[in-house]
Amino acid sequence: MGPVRESFIFEFLYCHLSLEASCSSVRIINIAFIPESLSWISFSLTAFFWIFVFVNAALVGVLALIWGERRLIGKFQARLGPNRWGPLGLFTPVADAIKVMFKEDIEPTLSDKLIYVLAPILMVVPVFMIFPIIPYGAKTFLTNISVGVVFVLAITSINSLSVLMAGWASGNRFAIIGGIRAVAMLLSYEIPMGISAAGVVIVAGSLSLSGVVDSQVIPNAIFQPLGFITFLIASTAELNRSPFDITEAESELVAGYMTDYSSMKFGLFYLGEFMATIASSAIIVTFYFSGWRGPSFIPSEIWFLAKWIGVIAIFIWFRATFPRLRIDQIMSLAWKGLFELSLINVLVLALMIAIWPDPTGMQLLLMTAINWIVFLASVYIFGKILSPNLTGNKIKKRSVIYGLD
Amino acid sequence: MSTELVTMNIGPIHPSTHGVFRMRVTFDGETIIDAEPIIGYLHRGSEKLAEERTYTQVVTLTDRMDYTASMTNNQAYILSVEKLSGITPSERGVWLRMIASELQRIAAHSVAIGFLINDLGAWHTPLLYLLREREKILELFEMMCGARITNSYLRPGGVFMDAPDEFWPSLNRFLDEMPNRLDDIENLLTDNEIILARTQNVAILDKNDAINASITGPMLRASGVDWDLRHRNPYDYYEKISFRRPLGTVGDNNDRYLVRLHEIRESLKIVEQCLDLIEPGPVQPEEVPFLVRPPKGESYVPIEAPKGELGFYLVSDGGISPFRCHVRAPSLINLTLLRDMVIGYKIADLFVTFGSIDVNMGEVDR
Repeated sequence: MGPVRESFIFEFLYCHLSLEASCSSVRIINIAFIPESLSWISFSLTAFFWIFVFVNAALVGVLALIWGERRLIGKFQARLGPNRWGPLGLFTPVADAIKVMFKEDIEPTLSDKLIYVLAPILMVVPVFMIFPIIPYGAKTFLTNISVGVVFVLAITSINSLSVLMAGWASGNRFAIIGGIRAVAMLLSYEIPMGISAAGVVIVAGSLSLSGVVDSQVIPNAIFQPLGFITFLIASTAELNRSPFDITEAESELVAGYMTDYSSMKFGLFYLGEFMATIASSAIIVTFYFSGWRGPSFIPSEIWFLAKWIGVIAIFIWFRATFPRLRIDQIMSLAWKGLFELSLINVLVLALMIAIWPDPTGMQLLLMTAINWIVFLASVYIFGKILSPNLTGNKIKKRSVIYGLD
Repeated sequence: MSTELVTMNIGPIHPSTHGVFRMRVTFDGETIIDAEPIIGYLHRGSEKLAEERTYTQVVTLTDRMDYTASMTNNQAYILSVEKLSGITPSERGVWLRMIASELQRIAAHSVAIGFLINDLGAWHTPLLYLLREREKILELFEMMCGARITNSYLRPGGVFMDAPDEFWPSLNRFLDEMPNRLDDIENLLTDNEIILARTQNVAILDKNDAINASITGPMLRASGVDWDLRHRNPYDYYEKISFRRPLGTVGDNNDRYLVRLHEIRESLKIVEQCLDLIEPGPVQPEEVPFLVRPPKGESYVPIEAPKGELGFYLVSDGGISPFRCHVRAPSLINLTLLRDMVIGYKIADLFVTFGSIDVNMGEVDR
């Protein structure tokens, strides 16, 4: 059972089922009963068990995030947030879920029935596939696929298809505008996201997520700030979260692509979005906050969890503070800002890795310093000097004048 | 590649139509080609109802026109009744209603700014901060007259009761706190890059167009016209008060936002001056009868309501109720230019522009 045996949690369960010779050292209690010749049965049982655990953990995570988001935004907005159901309102998302399940399931007459039903499923299922490949701790991961970074980028871009399907199949004009906006935006932000991830891969020299974590002596957020900022902005856009929530755009398109969805189909979109936020935060922690690494007096899983919650809180903070950008501003930000910035980042990193293939401590610090200089200079050039010419709308801070008596 | 125009029906039930406004909008992709406003979903026949009520009872109808600014509606109506029937108001009553109407202006502008930023897509945060300040004003109103939204505080000749003793310290506390709260709001919003990018140079309203279309209020001042009825045609005791009139320089959505924000600061100064000048005395002269019976005639007194020039045109046939009551509603007249302002801009700009006009459907349809 080659590569999967790298995973500690997988091996632990597997060895308590299988009588395989190499397992005896891992076993704590001697309860194994499946002979070595039937190892595929132990493998399948273990896999099913962990799939069950991961899917349910993701669902519980969504409930926790819904609670956390509403609670935290409540604090941002100088109000209490949910506090009626259960201690601190912890059961509010459960009540929400029950409510959504018992709503009437409406299918609009004009809808394309098959695609209409498929869209919410396509929103949720791919996101589940991200959780097993993320290293949650030094030994806690389910599988370590060798092309993890590419896999993550591929899976996260499926949801734009789902949004377009939902918008198209609803037969509603608000929905189709939402769907088309989603495709335009998500495809544009794929590119800076992929190029920023290339920066991570260049530093790691590996496409596997474990390799990415191992390579981060200095966390990438500090080591390559330009890549971090572009990746963070691009993944906010990928998640359809504020300030890039033009596909839902409550004040414009009512609910965008999910205007006509009700009951559990709407619930699945809701679920998919929150789950994508959790998954993206885990990816950002892995790519840019050195994953589970941290001083060893705290277990690595706790480090990961703390960073994870921190990144999710950043997304919630964005949502509580930023107004929405307009579609043309979003597109010009992607193509005239983030795209170039991520290219600069990759170029600088590639040059430095070519000069110092195996950087020592001092060289790492020097590289960090160069990255910061490049970061500040390019953000200044793009943000202050070029941006007024790029967006076409010359903004400048102004105040009022007063009428003369 | 062949493309088609899309005609969409936005409203009357829609998250950002501020009530039940309806627009039939034609888009070319994301660009607005045509926008046809359709109104009348909140028509309650207030003007007709006024003909069957006594002059005092009509005050309660005016509350429900612009329900974010009941006090100024009361004020416009009462000034017209006083002119019609020749009642001289008592001094303390006038000061009280000036305080009330300036507080109402702060509350109405808070709502306007909050919902404008909400239309921009901010997730309720600035709105809730502003509504918290409005809540304090509503509590002050509750002390004054027992009601929060539909106040019916004013009567011909003044107000129906004096503010209680605990009102004055609360008002002073509010006046102390509010400038700091406004600074917070300004820190969050005024120089926010996204808000600047979204609102600047969008839906520019030319000075002459605004004057020709009878636009009034903050919307006119945002286009750079120094026209404030409190200054140009002072009613009540506004000639004893000094205040500045903030004017916009470009006339876009950002200017409309800025003008409202600075008017809140000026209103605070006006309330402070009123507090210095108010003196004890009766709040309503004793000779005002319970049933006002004005002589035959007509009257119109325009006032500067939070949304623009508001006036009640009253015709009396000598009876106890108006023969005809017509309302010059600023919301309706400011809304007339919406179509010309939004054509050529994006879908998202439509709602921001609509929010920046600051209409209240209760007043548009009456």
